[in-house]
Amino acid sequence: MTEFLNFTLEGLSAGMIYAAIGLSLVLIWRGTRVLNYAQGAMAMFTSYLALLVINATGSYWLGFAVALAGGLVIGAVVERVVIRQVTGKPPLNAVIVSIGLLIGLEGLAGLLFSSNNRSFPPAYSVNGLSIGSVALGITWNDVFTAVAVLAAAGVFAAVFRYTSVGLRLRATAFSPAVARLLGVRVGRMLTLGWALAGLLGALAGMLVTPSTFLSPNSMDGVFVLGFTAAVIGGLESPGGAVAGGLVIGLAVTYATGYLNSQVDNLVGLAALLLVLMLRPNGLFSSAPARRV
Amino acid sequence: MSTSPPGPYPGSSPDEQSRAAALVKESAPPAPPARKLGPFPVPTLARHLGIAVLAAVVLAVASAMIGDYRDYELAEIAAFVVAVAGLTVLIGLSGQISIGNGAFMAVGGYTAALAFLHLQWPLAAILLAATAAAALAGAIFGVAAARLRGPYLAGATLMLAVALPALSTQFQSVLGGDQGLGFYINVPGFLGASFSLSRWQAWFNCAVALLVLVLLANLTRSRVGRNWRALRDDEVAAALAGLNVARLQTVAFIVSASCAGAGGVLLAVWIGTVSTSLFALGLSIQLLTAAVLGGLGSLVGAIWGSAILVIVPTFLANFATSHGMTQAKSSSVPILAYGVVLIVVMVAFPGGIQGGLIRFFNLRRRRPADYHQEERGTT
Amino acid sequence: MSEPRSDSATLVIEDVAAGYGAVQVLKGVSVTAPAGTITAVLGANGAGKTTLLRAIDGSVRPRRGRILLSGTNVAGRRPEDVARAGIAHVPEGQGVITELTVAENLQLGLLLRPRADRKPALEEIYQRFAILADRRNQAAGTLSGGERQMLVIARALATAPRILLLDEPSLGLAPKVVSTVLELIRGLRDEARLTIVLVEQNARSALAIANTGIVLNLGTVVASAPAAALAADDALRRHYLGF
Repeated sequence: MTEFLNFTLEGLSAGMIYAAIGLSLVLIWRGTRVLNYAQGAMAMFTSYLALLVINATGSYWLGFAVALAGGLVIGAVVERVVIRQVTGKPPLNAVIVSIGLLIGLEGLAGLLFSSNNRSFPPAYSVNGLSIGSVALGITWNDVFTAVAVLAAAGVFAAVFRYTSVGLRLRATAFSPAVARLLGVRVGRMLTLGWALAGLLGALAGMLVTPSTFLSPNSMDGVFVLGFTAAVIGGLESPGGAVAGGLVIGLAVTYATGYLNSQVDNLVGLAALLLVLMLRPNGLFSSAPARRV
Repeated sequence: MSTSPPGPYPGSSPDEQSRAAALVKESAPPAPPARKLGPFPVPTLARHLGIAVLAAVVLAVASAMIGDYRDYELAEIAAFVVAVAGLTVLIGLSGQISIGNGAFMAVGGYTAALAFLHLQWPLAAILLAATAAAALAGAIFGVAAARLRGPYLAGATLMLAVALPALSTQFQSVLGGDQGLGFYINVPGFLGASFSLSRWQAWFNCAVALLVLVLLANLTRSRVGRNWRALRDDEVAAALAGLNVARLQTVAFIVSASCAGAGGVLLAVWIGTVSTSLFALGLSIQLLTAAVLGGLGSLVGAIWGSAILVIVPTFLANFATSHGMTQAKSSSVPILAYGVVLIVVMVAFPGGIQGGLIRFFNLRRRRPADYHQEERGTT
Repeated sequence: MSEPRSDSATLVIEDVAAGYGAVQVLKGVSVTAPAGTITAVLGANGAGKTTLLRAIDGSVRPRRGRILLSGTNVAGRRPEDVARAGIAHVPEGQGVITELTVAENLQLGLLLRPRADRKPALEEIYQRFAILADRRNQAAGTLSGGERQMLVIARALATAPRILLLDEPSLGLAPKVVSTVLELIRGLRDEARLTIVLVEQNARSALAIANTGIVLNLGTVVASAPAAALAADDALRRHYLGF
């Protein structure tokens, strides 16, 4: 029973990371109709920047801040320089370009920082917590992870709902042509959307990298599962991404806990195909409009 | 890539259906008139076979002259050509994206290794069995994913590429786990004792590659190929015109999976073992890069892309190492190059190399394979 | 918004040519919309009416000519900049953002006003458009056709425009609703002295409230006259306007 409880807590904690990745993907999808395959790689890159700062200054939180700022910048730059070139073109172009970004960033990281695995400091202690004499499967770092992701999601939701910028972002996502006629600077809103997604991805990277070690490919596995979470939730729904993340987190943790550690992606594949066969557009999306 | 479900739409008026049928007919141009050799018309199949035979002779002669190392490279290129050709047909002609064909290569490769290990079949039989296995896998996936479009389909193929190789660690005793399985094919007796192994690898792989190219070339000019293009250009109109969208898509998947499976066998022949590291996600991305670079939808482009894929990365990595970069860093140079190529090609030259060549030499012969390259999916 | 404007703007379109790709839709159109008037733009389908509005609002870049907003040339600017300059376009098919509430749609328009003016302006809109006040927190997608038309006009007015472009506001609406909408438009000119360019298929109704009318055919202006004169010209009416 304690094992199940531990797995559940672990799964929820892992699920938070997948939810963060999934949320950032939904953010980008809704704003620009692009699926950013490079989201994980961008987070990997900002983690390297953080590591540089941490090693140079000895301060974790300074590195943390640099990573988040870097996420904003890298998201904005990518949108402005690369993605802008394929907006309005057939969707296939954006897919290929974003995959190109993925491997380009991995190659660049390997070139600049070498492809060896590096250890990465966590924000808080990774010693297991216990209640009384019962050892729980989570750590203070896991608690911080959950709090950070929920706080970020909450802040984003509030910004979108209650601020003018949020209103402009939503209008841009729903109806860019109409938004333009109302004076919304749609181009800037697109860049902002990517910047915010970059921020969220950078946060996820900082939270998960201590356990995966840092290397150019370290975010690949996390990204694939976060991506699965977003797709399962239906790319339109932020709540769906969070739900999808938790589901995937739990499913993978139970499976790797009770079976063996190699089944994580098989579980992801099974979950993905299962959901998509029943609901080809994800669990939480409404039926797509027919275009006749 | 639309997001509407396939199938005829209830309530579409006869008017809409005839409009759609006209659209389908328009977008699929009539087959080009049969070429003539002197006063004799030459059917398409014969023409393709003729070119293939010519190429085979040229390659056979060249393989004797270029030495073992280049023969080895030639064998690798041919293996990729088979897989990339299948992928470029899938993406360029039927409009579906797959970043998971590496998984189908794995199916082909592992089936071949298992048949070799346990059944000791001759190589040709192994090739057929492995291709069939990959076709079956493609069919299963194609049916499961028939209703998926755009990013959902791409996501499913991504997950397939990442997850399927993990099966080999689940069934370690049978599939060899990380070590993999051996696949040591020897030169057949009738070629004589002094025939070099790499030359035989080059011969076998090139022969299979030419065969596959001929088959694909005929397929793209057939009715199936035209229907794929209609589907790619306007799925709704195609459905209204009565095309069975789900079936066409699944067939496309089966074809590309079969090619990938055959390519997996050739890759195994070339390397001598099959293991998970051979068929990781990176392989699927390499296939995509080669297809995009060569020109989506173009079989000749598959050749360009595969050649560059094989030759340039080693060249780049060696170049980097020889200029003082450590191994840990220089191995990243080709990876960075792939990424840059994908982005630059897609943004600046969506038609890839073949598209560029066609434009440059003004080779606009209106071959159906290139007809819509400018208008859809790549511009 | 509802105080009489002494600074009503004039819109002058000078020899504008525009099109899409190889297709040349407008072949040299000149129109003057005097301040505080309604100018009706009429003509058959495909004559270029919508393209004219899209050239004005910046969605289509004119190949030739100038578009003068009270003397300043705005031709070729991006749509968001044209909107900020004070030209509000209510496109055909309404353009309600269905995923947002009625209030949010309006607030989007209000963003072009200084922060201090937004709340009072919103209250004014709710006073003038009672229907929207009632439904302010509903998703805009739940509104009927007539209500949506009201919403988009109100939203355009929220931006405090100097020129209002309306593309087929009566399209798809029941006759009674059409007359309500047209009355509203007339009121905007009479009370708020807004300069309005009204594209309409329903030529009879449009001419009833307009000051001047121009008739487009195949991308050129074939007639330009006071509305009453146009309505009285039987030959012209039958030839180009179908009644």
